[in-house]
Amino acid sequence: MSKEREQGMSLIVKTITRLTVGLILLYGIYIVTHGHVSPGGGFAGGVIIALAFVHLLLAFGKDTAFKVLSESMMSILESTGALLFLLIALIGFVGGHFFMNVLPKGHPFNLFSAGIILPCNIAICLKVGAGLFAIAVALVLLKLAVEKEEK
Amino acid sequence: MTTASAVIPLIVAVPLAGAFIIALLNQKIPRLPDLLGVLATCVGLLLSLWSIYLVQVQPTSVYSVGNWPPPLGIAMVMDGLSAFMLVTVNAIAFAVALYSVDYMERFTAKWQFHSLFLLMLAGMNNVIITGDLFNLFVFLEIAAVASYALVAFGTERHALEAAFKYAVMGTIGSTFILLAIVLLYANTSTLNMADIGRALAQSPAPHLTLFVSGLFIAGFGLKAAVVPFHAWLPDAHPSAPAPISAMLSGVLIKALGVYALCRVLFNVLGLTSQISSILMFLGALSMVIGVFLAIGQWDLKRLLAYHSISQIGYVLLGIGLGTPLGIVGGLFHLFNHSVFKSLLFLNSGAVEYATGTRDLQKMGGLAARMPVTASTNFVAALSIAGVPPLNGFWSKLIIIVAAIQAERYGYAFWAALASVLTLASFMKVMKYAYWGGLGDAWRDVREVPGFMKASMVVLAVVCVLGGVLLLPGLREVFLGAGVEALHQGTHYAAGVLSEVK
Repeated sequence: MSKEREQGMSLIVKTITRLTVGLILLYGIYIVTHGHVSPGGGFAGGVIIALAFVHLLLAFGKDTAFKVLSESMMSILESTGALLFLLIALIGFVGGHFFMNVLPKGHPFNLFSAGIILPCNIAICLKVGAGLFAIAVALVLLKLAVEKEEK
Repeated sequence: MTTASAVIPLIVAVPLAGAFIIALLNQKIPRLPDLLGVLATCVGLLLSLWSIYLVQVQPTSVYSVGNWPPPLGIAMVMDGLSAFMLVTVNAIAFAVALYSVDYMERFTAKWQFHSLFLLMLAGMNNVIITGDLFNLFVFLEIAAVASYALVAFGTERHALEAAFKYAVMGTIGSTFILLAIVLLYANTSTLNMADIGRALAQSPAPHLTLFVSGLFIAGFGLKAAVVPFHAWLPDAHPSAPAPISAMLSGVLIKALGVYALCRVLFNVLGLTSQISSILMFLGALSMVIGVFLAIGQWDLKRLLAYHSISQIGYVLLGIGLGTPLGIVGGLFHLFNHSVFKSLLFLNSGAVEYATGTRDLQKMGGLAARMPVTASTNFVAALSIAGVPPLNGFWSKLIIIVAAIQAERYGYAFWAALASVLTLASFMKVMKYAYWGGLGDAWRDVREVPGFMKASMVVLAVVCVLGGVLLLPGLREVFLGAGVEALHQGTHYAAGVLSEVK
């Protein structure tokens, strides 16, 4: 049973996943980058991006998913996201105030507007996406470990 | 904003940066977690000492994050009470970080410990300096979630169980706090603490204030482990690794519990005689029940955990009196308890490190083999029991005198009685653990390594010299400013808002 699961789900699921996973990822990136002009943002987009990887994990098994995004990479991305967010705040600090919006604001509703909101969203997306995927992976590994023990 | 107060956000940013840099680079540089852990807490301590100077120059300084003027944006407010709490928290954190360098060698994934530790510290620091109620809640959760993970750090069965219980209870407490914030926001349309105070003064809502006060007492009281809400503490604090027990008992329950409760009740909602009586009653209840439960314990760390409940009772009793002298006693006892309770937990960690047991009945005569641990533990034990001239004596004396002055003779009596029982239970610790004949099993026990000794000795020196803080000159700088901030009550709003302009 456990061996089958490692190889993933049935051919139908795998084929559909192959078609949809890119779209999910793209939609997540859209939600992140348009966080300041439409509903969404770093957290929502990060969740969607994490779901794309969880999708891979469920359909193809953990080995394939780890090939795309390894555990150490997850850890690095997560810390980088947090540090990036702090760095943006500190750039504002150097510019006068902690978290001050030092970048040019642009025109409202343009993609490149609202100053530091877009970089902040990207930082949050890294943290949330990598963090949520890491949680999903941890739960899967825990389940596999428990199943192994029961045998 | 002056240039001097521009450093205020750094006190949160530095531990956060330390935590994430450790998480990012731990595999590349092996000694980095230790180095950054000590360095970040050291910078935190220096910044908090700087904040004392800041408060001397300007009693209240307001920092608007992102240059958004409060109440629109998040404000950080530095006043006497914040500076006092920052020094307490960061001094203990520095000693504990130093101690963990050697102690945590026995655990795997030391970097995770340091990373979570710094996250917890950042959470506490921001809870202390924030002037925004929701910001307070967010960082309270950061500190609390980090502490749930740290309690489970040993990943043994009892540690996981304790952490789960702590997480469930802590989340219930947080929910009460969040509900209270929601109600206040719905009523006043603002989250800035000073602005809420102003709005409530303009259009008083007595029923809402009373209900919200109740929610805050339940929520923050749970974080502070005041008696009806204390059930999680005797499990959670002993199960954590010793440095974390020291942090939790020493400062976390005070920063998240007592400080936040006092700030909200005194400065935002305003202390009424009703609330004051509730605080004093809960304080006295914790004081007595905590010590009665402690005296029968044989697990060293569990005994210390019950004493934390009892000592928090003293702090609440003192502050709840609401008189300047009572607040001096409460705050001073808060500082003293941070020092000696951290020291006691570090001592218990040293004993566990050397012998591998926490059971008092199995120990005996350890003073012969571990002189530094035994003597620092003796100092801390006398201090917590209130033996002159150590710091614990002075703060308990002030609390009892303040209670008598306020004509609360019953509370003064219970405070004195609890102190005697505390002395009894710590003489039990000294007798069973350190004095008497050396057990055969402990012939080869060795004193703990240098960093652990150093941090224990430093804390013991603070215990001995703590009374100095009451001398005129020093008293105004450290304690006086904190007392002033609490005793001004709802004038806090005017002070902060006039700074904003």
